[in-house]
Amino acid sequence: MSGSRFENMVGGLEARAVSWYESSARQRVKLLLDPDSFVEFVGPEQRETSPHLCVFDLPEQFDDGMIVGHGRIGGGPVFVAAQEGRFMGGAIGEVHGAKLTGLLRAARDRNSVPVLVLFDTGGVRLQEANAGELAIAEIMRALMEARSAGVPVVGLVGGRAGCYGGGGLIAGCCSALAVSEQGRISVSGPEVIETNRGVEEFDSKDRALVWRTMGGKNRRLMGGAEVFVDDTVEDFRAAALHLITSVPRFTAAALDAEQVRLQERLDRFGSCADALDLWQAQGVNDAQAVPAMPAGPFIDLADRIWEPCYDAR
Amino acid sequence: METLNFKHTARQRAAGFKAKAIVGVVASGNLEVLVERVLPDTRCHIEVNTATEGFGPVWEAVVSDFVERRSPGGLRFSVNDGGARPDTVALRLAQAVRSMEDDR
Repeated sequence: MSGSRFENMVGGLEARAVSWYESSARQRVKLLLDPDSFVEFVGPEQRETSPHLCVFDLPEQFDDGMIVGHGRIGGGPVFVAAQEGRFMGGAIGEVHGAKLTGLLRAARDRNSVPVLVLFDTGGVRLQEANAGELAIAEIMRALMEARSAGVPVVGLVGGRAGCYGGGGLIAGCCSALAVSEQGRISVSGPEVIETNRGVEEFDSKDRALVWRTMGGKNRRLMGGAEVFVDDTVEDFRAAALHLITSVPRFTAAALDAEQVRLQERLDRFGSCADALDLWQAQGVNDAQAVPAMPAGPFIDLADRIWEPCYDAR
Repeated sequence: METLNFKHTARQRAAGFKAKAIVGVVASGNLEVLVERVLPDTRCHIEVNTATEGFGPVWEAVVSDFVERRSPGGLRFSVNDGGARPDTVALRLAQAVRSMEDDR
């Protein structure tokens, strides 16, 4: 058996078995893309680190927690960006953000190569407050410019840090999202809501409440994410391949359809106080059973309840 | 922050032909190691950046032991430390050398 064939086989087996949640950003990129196809832009050896962290006596990371580059998936070219959620909670600082902005602008100018964004972030890096906020605004603009140029931008959410704060805003700008149960998506995190609105509004220590509100299952049922996947690299890879080829063109008609979809959602579910009420209103027979449901039966249930709305978004 | 520099002579050249590799992550109790094949075959440099100051002698002991065991000649190591324990440091350094053993 030749070396490369063996590598491919091992790579395939690994991707099927490996947990997305447990993987590092570099492992996710390596196993998500076709074997040996990834080429990194501004790699760690260039030491393009944060100019702010030293002021706070905090250690830097050589890639500033963001890996960007290009490669192939299913034989086709793709740009990819991955956040490392274990470095400062995947928080978005000046350099971290600039790398994603640059990648999205390259995708815009190329206007034929799709972009995959592997989210794993708590939002803005507080030590880089203004630079981080500006970075998020620049990323959102670059993302919309790329989509306007005809580029599908697909977000994959399933990391330890979830996808919060400005990361949630960027995810909301994507053409489509794939999420696992572990991949929480929101803007304000549980502790932020509790701090600002009181424990009666949201009890951040109630983990079941947090997961059923912000977790992947509710996001899929509400239509916040197009695809729900099991927590394996292989499932994320299949979802990415499906979404980059199936998202609709970004047009005024698509935005109108999205507005209608969101208005309908508000009309139908605006009075629901809890995700359980929402699922019941959607026609889920046993809403209490949803959180413990394995991925396969849940995907079947979600497809019955709410077909993905590819004409919207 | 504290920066520590260690320069050693290694018995032999580190195996493999890979030019660079990165292992680990800067998180609490962890560290990242960037390793580059940029030095003469018997030289080994290790630069450590750490927020946990005052542990120079411990780093020196761990690094000396590592160079003695692995003989990582020709390699320059750059470490960003998130307060890792010596055993974690030793394992990451070993992982870094191992990941340079590939062909490319």
